Amino acid sequence: MSDETTHAAIEAVWRLESTRLIAALVRIVRDVALAEDLAQDAIVAALAQWPTTGIPDNPGAWLMTTAKRRAVDAFRRRARTDQTAAALARELSEAVDQDPAAGIDHVEDDVLRLMFICCHPALTPEAQTTLTLKLVAGLTTREIARAYLAPEATIAQRVSRAKRTLAEAGAAIEEPTGPERGERLETVLGVVYLLFNEGYSATQGDDWMRPALCDEAVRLGRILTALVPDDPEVHGLSALMELQSSRLAARVGTDGEPILLEAQDRGRWDAARIRRGLDALARADALRTAARSDAQAGPYALQAAIAAEHARAASVDDTDWDRIAELYEQLGHRTGSPVAEVNRAVALGRARGPAAGLALLDQLDDVPALRGYHLVPSVRGDLYERDGRGVEAAAEFERAAAMTANERERQLLLRRAEAARRRAAD
Amino acid sequence: MRYMCLMKSSESNGETPPAVYEAMAEYDRWGRANGVLVDSQGLLPSSTGAIVSLVDGNIKAVDGPFTEAKELVGGYAVIEVRSREEALELGRRLMQIHKDNWPGFEGSVEIRQIAEF
Repeated sequence: MSDETTHAAIEAVWRLESTRLIAALVRIVRDVALAEDLAQDAIVAALAQWPTTGIPDNPGAWLMTTAKRRAVDAFRRRARTDQTAAALARELSEAVDQDPAAGIDHVEDDVLRLMFICCHPALTPEAQTTLTLKLVAGLTTREIARAYLAPEATIAQRVSRAKRTLAEAGAAIEEPTGPERGERLETVLGVVYLLFNEGYSATQGDDWMRPALCDEAVRLGRILTALVPDDPEVHGLSALMELQSSRLAARVGTDGEPILLEAQDRGRWDAARIRRGLDALARADALRTAARSDAQAGPYALQAAIAAEHARAASVDDTDWDRIAELYEQLGHRTGSPVAEVNRAVALGRARGPAAGLALLDQLDDVPALRGYHLVPSVRGDLYERDGRGVEAAAEFERAAAMTANERERQLLLRRAEAARRRAAD
Repeated sequence: MRYMCLMKSSESNGETPPAVYEAMAEYDRWGRANGVLVDSQGLLPSSTGAIVSLVDGNIKAVDGPFTEAKELVGGYAVIEVRSREEALELGRRLMQIHKDNWPGFEGSVEIRQIAEF
């Protein structure tokens, strides 16, 4: 095996093992920064040894044992000044001697705890997503920087600042229980979905989307369904991301330009993701109604149900827009989000004609949260256009174009404005 | 990146030892909890199957068992990973499970990337 192959193979092992490794180490040493350092030390040791010895039969256990030995060393060094560290060093050293591979149990609990820590309320959303990518998804600083189109130094700084915040908050020692656990889980779901959306419709820059972020979020969603199998919204979120991401390849053209839902080649939708999404949605519904037969669906399950309507339809015309309008209404009630109402206007416009959509949109004119949001004029433009009011449509598309920070989306809106104006002149 | 992993072995390896089933179940659980395993199933012996072929313009069906074949597909897994090396490592672990739990076993995993457009 060449050195190069071995390095790539070791990197693959890291990808597969780092989450569990770091998660277990956090439990043992109760310090996020130290846990990550120990895991890094272990992989550095692997890079030094494995090219000559070959990859061990159980690389995960090897890394764990190595990291634990380093932990014992670290605690012994601290023990000179710190009594707690002395006790930890003894305890851990005995444990490592007895059963070097142990500590790979309670992995589910460990990984979930790590997710709670990465999404700690003391952190900014930006820090939460970055830390989740780093510690849970196992991405390197460079990979995260590439995904966010940010300088590596910025990401490194963000990570070290976040770790400091966590240490100050005592995040690695606490164990959320009861209602707090539910709230913290909600935050975790929110962070994963934020990550997904950051990839699905990049809010800034030249890219319309960053599929790598979507893929990581989808994977995190799958992991969560294994960690918290009894929560309907966990399955709802996983369903939503599987279904939305099934359209990734179809929603971008050869030159990177966005392709809207109605123009997408549905044959390019990813059937495997759709199937997984529909399965997860069914699971979410079953769990919800098992708890209480009239229980309301949560926001993720509702959005997944909307995505599922699109996934099941053979074309835009074949879509059950009435059902989608109804689901958006439920979503609006549930979340109080005016964006759900804007989307309901789209669905109503399809189901009952542009006038119905415009009537709803008019009611949203004074909603402060929607001011400056490009979706409103863009939807209004779409409804005007299909109502045959090309000049007005063009003006709305131009207004929307001026509001978006995403370059690809801006170009798309300007093209639509031009097309609407041209058609109006004909 | 998605890969199809086809687990192949000779049916002359005999009955699968219970320890292999247990280790495979654990591996399966790990893969799902890790988000890499998308789908996996084992296949029943070839005696329950058939081969439909087209040769010289003739389509014919022959019932199993497929006694002439040296290696047969015994199960499959669809995995979603970030690199080819990850797929290879997952395949290596599959073979490791058999090495540890099934003395004398010989077989292979064919790892093929699934085309995505």
